[in-house]
Amino acid sequence: MADDGFISLDGVEKVFEVRRRAGLLRRERHEVRAVDGISFRVARGEMVGYIGPNGAGKSTTIKMLTGILTPSGGRLRVAGIDPSRERTRLAHRIGVVFGQRTTLWWDLPLRDSYRLMHRMYRIPDRRYRENLDRCVELLDLGELLEVPVRQLSLGQRMRGDIAAALLHDPEVLYLDEPTIGLDVISKAKVRQFLKELNAERGTTVLLTTHDLTDIEQLCSRVMVIDHGRLMYDGSLAGLHEVGESERMLVVDLERELPPIVLQSADGGDQPALRAVKVEGPRQWLAFPAAASAAPLVARIAADYPLVDLSVREPDIEAVIARMYESAP
Amino acid sequence: MRLYAVVAAGGFRRYATYRTATVAGVFTNTVFGFIVAYTYIALWDERPQLGGYDTSQALTYVWLGQALLAAGARMGGGFESELVERIRTGDIAVDLYRPADLQLWWMAADLGRATFHLLGRGVAPMILGALAFDLALPGSFWTWPAFLLSVFLGIVVSFAVRYLVAMSAFWLLDGAGAMRMAMLAGLFFSGMLLPLNLFPGLLGEVARALPWSSLLQVPADVFLGKHAGWGLVEAYAFQAGWAVVLLGAGRLLQTGATRRVVVQGG
Ligand SMILES: Nc1ncnc2c1ncn2[C@@H]1O[C@H](COP(=O)(O)OP(=O)(O)OP(=O)(O)O)[C@@H](O)[C@H]1O
Ligand SMILES: [Mg+2]
Repeated sequence: MADDGFISLDGVEKVFEVRRRAGLLRRERHEVRAVDGISFRVARGEMVGYIGPNGAGKSTTIKMLTGILTPSGGRLRVAGIDPSRERTRLAHRIGVVFGQRTTLWWDLPLRDSYRLMHRMYRIPDRRYRENLDRCVELLDLGELLEVPVRQLSLGQRMRGDIAAALLHDPEVLYLDEPTIGLDVISKAKVRQFLKELNAERGTTVLLTTHDLTDIEQLCSRVMVIDHGRLMYDGSLAGLHEVGESERMLVVDLERELPPIVLQSADGGDQPALRAVKVEGPRQWLAFPAAASAAPLVARIAADYPLVDLSVREPDIEAVIARMYESAP
Repeated sequence: MRLYAVVAAGGFRRYATYRTATVAGVFTNTVFGFIVAYTYIALWDERPQLGGYDTSQALTYVWLGQALLAAGARMGGGFESELVERIRTGDIAVDLYRPADLQLWWMAADLGRATFHLLGRGVAPMILGALAFDLALPGSFWTWPAFLLSVFLGIVVSFAVRYLVAMSAFWLLDGAGAMRMAMLAGLFFSGMLLPLNLFPGLLGEVARALPWSSLLQVPADVFLGKHAGWGLVEAYAFQAGWAVVLLGAGRLLQTGATRRVVVQGG
């Protein structure tokens, strides 16, 4: 099997059938296409962000990847295994964290849950101890091991859950909103840990989140899904182009001047940039994110008394919001 | 198997952490033991040898009922409300992807809990009852292990019934209602209010044939030496038979429920 298809989906669909009350006795059947024909491949060792608005189908996709939901159509393989057919065999090779749910034993100390993982995944004793020590150190769990899970804060519990998902050395880790509800420090800790995990162990990571900083800091590749369809699959930088986003050139001139006008270099009638705001000698000039800034700067410097300048990257959130809105 | 041993140990330890609940439970069991004991004394004064028990055997029955009440989770307090809640919230999905069997998992946890409840909530009321009243304690040492085996089988039957009820939450909107009904049935048909030997005619026969009699009536009769030789084997076979049938039914429901979850998402 080609390695570029460690996780592979071909036209995967999931249709839920819901019955809705329509009138006194009548029940109407009605279909929800939660995932509507998605295809992608994830190579071993990749770290991929999977984002989309609420109800887009992210969790449904993850559930199919773990085998706890059967696809209604299409073909899905993880490490060559059909998850819904061989859920138990696959379970030994994957780790899952559902941010909104916990696999930990509510009333017992964290350590007891780990003991359970030890037996459940039949982890060799030495491996178990090494992995636990590593997680404890990197996720800062030392003082929490003897604390009953119900007494842990959300961020502590999440770190506990992440450790629980990794003790059996999974080849791939699915994270469904692992940073939901965490404060800045906890988020940073979780991100740092995931980064190291991916770098040192080569663990493949698929991550859903609503916090784009997670994606910016962790994932070189991002997939955007909406209404069950893949809208974008590529680098985070490329998202700007697709989202027709603009970068901003902020220039300080020697004195107050009328807005800068610059015709397109190839002679078309589209202007190369557009003045968004003028405030005294400072001007904000927007240009397509895909265009190079250097020639623009050179031309401005040639025609205008330029004192200082800076380039601002577009706000990724704005890009994505625009993308969600433009979806059919 | 070691996994389920760890699960059972966890179930035991978990209930061991609820110290206040244990003390309160022992207190309640003891108080009720006294109330019911005096009621039975009045009853047996009127009708000696009722149901084939003499007064001291009837009193023993009362205290066994209190001692085994928590272990058999006949007043609730077992795993079932937790499982129903997990089904309702969809957390059950997390349990499904683990490489472990759902029924064995919960059975192990419940047996761990029952072991704690047998020790923590059973021993003290039994001793207090024996100090306050003239109980019919076993004459032979071997009655004790025979009794414990019967108690164990009864707890497995109790688990199997509650697992069936919990599984119904996959189809019913109100799993809690089903649980309450099962609890009431369990209280009555286990012989908690009155020994099933006292029930006349058809009602008695039916009550004695239902699975719940495994929870108290059968172990109590083993304790009182009413089953000996082949009778004892028959009693065990009755309990084990129900256990197998009910566990099998639970497994069928579980298979159906799992299929439903993986196809319909719960
Ligand atoms: N078990 C189910 N039965 C019926 N419909 C469902 C079920 N599970 C999910 N859906 C529907 O499928 C769609 C996708 O849901 P999903 O949970 O995958 O979204 P999501 O992308 O994870 O959203 P969020 O960001 O809110 O977590 C939603 O419209 C949801 O209502
Ligand atoms: Mg979700």
